[in-house]
Amino acid sequence: MSKMWTARLREGWQRNLPIEKLIPDAQPAYVASWIYVFGVLTLAAFSVIIASGLVLAFAGPAWYHTSSFGLFVNSLHFWSVQLFFVFMVIHLWGKFWMAAWRGRRMLTWVTGSVAFVASIATAFTGYLIQTNFDSQWIAFEAKDGFNSVGVGAVFTVTNLGQMLLLHVAFLPLILGVITLVHVLMVRKRGVVPPIDADESNTFENFSGALND
Amino acid sequence: MSGWFSHFMNHPATYLKWGWVQISVTNLVVILLMFAIFLAAVFIPFPTHNESHDEIKNKGEKK
Repeated sequence: MSKMWTARLREGWQRNLPIEKLIPDAQPAYVASWIYVFGVLTLAAFSVIIASGLVLAFAGPAWYHTSSFGLFVNSLHFWSVQLFFVFMVIHLWGKFWMAAWRGRRMLTWVTGSVAFVASIATAFTGYLIQTNFDSQWIAFEAKDGFNSVGVGAVFTVTNLGQMLLLHVAFLPLILGVITLVHVLMVRKRGVVPPIDADESNTFENFSGALND
Repeated sequence: MSGWFSHFMNHPATYLKWGWVQISVTNLVVILLMFAIFLAAVFIPFPTHNESHDEIKNKGEKK
């Protein structure tokens, strides 16, 4: 008799991503470098974006456009996005120059690239729903661009309701899921070693999470 | 807002142009700062505490 799907799922998960890999208590010696910090900095900025975004969504524009604290949370949301992109691009540079797709890490690289594109779409819709002259200018400039490639009728940048729902519901969910898969892939395959690292030595400071 | 900041925020951005390349001074400064942070992250040594593998392993097992 074949196993239940729950058993297959559980065994597959335990085989591919055991708890020692998912929550390790040590990292390879080569991770002790500032360039390895930028992935988690990006995640930290993303957390602030989600938290401040939830406050903005629950309190609404009548609050965040008028009260002092509302303006502060609105600014916090905006500036954490700026830091998110700075950290993510530096993370991207670091990973590109160390060819981070090495060692069966292609899916880690691909999910990171897709997350980058999804972040741009999410930030873009965020700029469009500021309901100020800046967002109006961006929408009407972008409208011509999207119309010229034939998607203006589906993705209507001047439709505030569509952009608002994409920004607060659809795109953060997509970005969150891709980011989760990206982080799980980092845990599964391990953090990529520098190109010239002697891997026989780099694992001596690590308690066995990458021994596959 | 007052002073130079008010003046800065209430005027159009200054743009640099080389042929078809055009970039605002603000964006250029941000990109250069990102390059500086990248280089600093690569070259500045990370503070480490030299724990041996056994010490780390024992610490993990105690928890």
